[in-house]
Amino acid sequence: MPVYLLSRAAQFAVALFVASVVIFAMMSFLPGNAAQVALGTNATPEAVAALEARYGLDEPPLTRYLQWVGGMLGGDFGTSYVTGAPITPVIMNSVQVTAILVVCSIVLAVVIAVPLGTFAALEQRNWIGMTISALSQVGIAVPNFLAAIILVMIFSLGLGWFPSQGWMAPIEGVGGFLARLVLPVVSLALVQAAILTRYVRSAVLDVMREDYIRTARAKGLTRTRALFVHGLRNAAIPVITVAGVQLATLLVGAVIIEQVFVIPGIGSELVRAVANRDLVTVQGIVMVLVMLVLVINLIVDLLYPIVDPRIRSAA
Amino acid sequence: MAENLLEICDLTITPAGSTTAVLEGVSLTLAPGERVGLIGESGSGKSLTAQSIMGLLPEELNASGTVTLDGFSGNVLAAREKTLARVRSKLVSMVFQEPMSALNPLMRIGDQIAEALRIHGETQRPRMRGRVLQLLHDVHMPSPESARLAYPHQLSGGQRQRVMLAIALANSPRLLICDEPTTALDVTVQRHMLDLIAERVATVRAGLLFITHDLAVVAGVCDRVIVMHSGRIVETGSVREIFANPQHEYTRGLLASSDLESTDADGKLYTLRTALAYSGPTTSATASAASAAHTSAPASAAPTSAETKPSGNRAAATAPSAEGLGAPLIEVSGVSKLYRSGGLLRRKAPVQALEDISFSVHAGRRLGIVGESGSGKTTLLGILSGLDRPTTGHVRVGDVRVDTASSQALRSLRENLQFVFQDPFSSLDPRMRVEDIVAEPLVAQGMAREERRAKVADMLAAVDIDTASMRRYPHQFSGGQRQRISIARALVTRPQILVADEPVSALDVSVRAQVLNLLTDLVDEYALTLLFVSHDLGVVKHLCSEVIVMKDGHIVEAGATDAVYSDPQQDYTRDLIAATPSLAAALEAAR
Repeated sequence: MPVYLLSRAAQFAVALFVASVVIFAMMSFLPGNAAQVALGTNATPEAVAALEARYGLDEPPLTRYLQWVGGMLGGDFGTSYVTGAPITPVIMNSVQVTAILVVCSIVLAVVIAVPLGTFAALEQRNWIGMTISALSQVGIAVPNFLAAIILVMIFSLGLGWFPSQGWMAPIEGVGGFLARLVLPVVSLALVQAAILTRYVRSAVLDVMREDYIRTARAKGLTRTRALFVHGLRNAAIPVITVAGVQLATLLVGAVIIEQVFVIPGIGSELVRAVANRDLVTVQGIVMVLVMLVLVINLIVDLLYPIVDPRIRSAA
Repeated sequence: MAENLLEICDLTITPAGSTTAVLEGVSLTLAPGERVGLIGESGSGKSLTAQSIMGLLPEELNASGTVTLDGFSGNVLAAREKTLARVRSKLVSMVFQEPMSALNPLMRIGDQIAEALRIHGETQRPRMRGRVLQLLHDVHMPSPESARLAYPHQLSGGQRQRVMLAIALANSPRLLICDEPTTALDVTVQRHMLDLIAERVATVRAGLLFITHDLAVVAGVCDRVIVMHSGRIVETGSVREIFANPQHEYTRGLLASSDLESTDADGKLYTLRTALAYSGPTTSATASAASAAHTSAPASAAPTSAETKPSGNRAAATAPSAEGLGAPLIEVSGVSKLYRSGGLLRRKAPVQALEDISFSVHAGRRLGIVGESGSGKTTLLGILSGLDRPTTGHVRVGDVRVDTASSQALRSLRENLQFVFQDPFSSLDPRMRVEDIVAEPLVAQGMAREERRAKVADMLAAVDIDTASMRRYPHQFSGGQRQRISIARALVTRPQILVADEPVSALDVSVRAQVLNLLTDLVDEYALTLLFVSHDLGVVKHLCSEVIVMKDGHIVEAGATDAVYSDPQQDYTRDLIAATPSLAAALEAAR
């Protein structure tokens, strides 16, 4: 078990290192350096050279890479060439916002999808089961920004229950924070829940066909009880995998929803940095996103042995 | 009604949306404490019958008729799941075929046994632990205390099946149903399991419904036998009646084709078609051979014992008559294989899959490789065919040094050495037409299309597949036909060597005889050298001239088949021969 943890941690570290190299290389070796990009095509060579000297861009790539990585390890993502301000606070604030949004969405999606998918599997021959399957099919086809617009039209413009846009940090007021959280979270969660429902349904259907469910029924459990006692934990393994992938997709995928609801998340920050031609900020944000995705994968990997003793003893 | 424990009356099962019944008019009874064998091949409806008794039929099947159990009011077929759940395990229990998947992989063994007790009312925790240990002890589980805390994957197949039996008997049911409980087990393990079932059923005085395809197995366990065929009961009678004097032609055919000791006038195994000439198991001769195997007095088999002196683990399977043939076609010397597993950070103890294996086979010989699961048979075949390389040792096939061969040399080896695999259902690509499957090795050779087609047609005709069905897909053929197609694919390049890896293990008894006969013919006709891997000693005895017995990566014994079977030198070989169910021995026991 400790070996399993160590090897997963090592994989995580290696992946992070490779990602940092790739990101740095892409940003550094694109035609035109960061100073050139920041100042635009009309800048004089002298101005570019001055900016390069100011931020150390004339140093060799290896030195710059080590400076960048060293800074990040110490919690400093560098300084924006465009605004001249440190990047770290910007990234940290926007990551917090996105994390709240995304975690709430995936939790809501799981809470909706697990009972619904299980029910759809148990009632697969009834009209209820078929209706759930059909609805989840439709849900997958709806892009989340469309869901967002419809939700805003109904609950914000129509009923006036929630604000149509904006963001408030929890410390500024819990009520306002929650009110602004509901619509974006629901619009993100609905689509994810629809996808997850299908996976839960098919995982449960697979499990129901397993021999150990039959054994459990032969022991004297009813079909439904057998599923709850023996089936769901077995079905959890494929569902955890999918939920992990969804969470990672949501991190970046939230960018559209953040735009629709004008939320200062990391997606919005990334869009702004690209628009401002602020390469250093883009580089920092992408690195943070990659790290978060890797952390999610690490958590998923660590969940498997908890659920499945076979993985525990293979480890 | 009160006299019988179980009464099934006119049970008919029809799949939803179909009009053809898969089970038709089945009626049977079972008295309290009676032990009844239900025999049939795949598709005979024996498992469906068992599931009907438990009320565990799949939803998409419609059942009519009545199933009544003493102690349960009403018809099981019409009862609700909730009512049935109270009866299962308390009144009637079941042990299933697949020990690998019948237990929940995420739950400790002890908890799975305790659950059966808890469902039916046992609630006191301290008492529960004692009862679980007692149940594990009753099924002769080695070290019950640690087994209680183990997960299923930490136990062997035989041990898991013991756990299944413990679960099934936890609430002392009045009827135990066993659905092929030993089919997936090794022969020596099967022997123990059968004894255990008989012992436990007798102790708790339960009735037994024992479902199997294997006639030899049923005789040792049951008093009475019911034979099923295509969804109907064809014959019922005591074990002796059925074995000695079968009335129905299907029973006769089944009996004839499961007897690998008897052959017809042409030296072929009996099949359903030729069963009329079958006169029952040849008891006297085989019984004395069996007893010779037990006593194993070396003097009694003097003419053969000279050739089978295994020196430790090494022995050449070269029969004396092959001496004049020059150099052997296949030569394996000192082959060992170590598997090292491990990832980025972990190191595990290496697994010794093969240790110092040496043997040779002359052209035209038929070598049987016998061993139970984990004996290293599969690893050895991988090395012989160049799919895997030995850690140490040399392998020569023809003029190819396999252990060091280039990929070019291996390609020419594979034209010369072809495989038939065990599972006819997964070893053929379901999306390819049969003619393309058989032609594939020729495509690899770069043969022209027209020539290919002619060869494929010839080959399919040789394995008795109607050439009109060449354009069909594998799922349109039965298991036996698919295995013939596999054989055609293997032989189409006219190899010198055919390697058959458990080719009849997944087949029904009646089909097995046909495929074995076909294989014998083809081996003769094409002058093949045959390597036949099997866990089934009966099949090897019938087919092979020489045999190697393997265990835990070693060769335990080797020599001419007759000699090894009539006078085994090693304890393991003796155990293996004694544990193999045979009709003659079964009939002997039934007398």
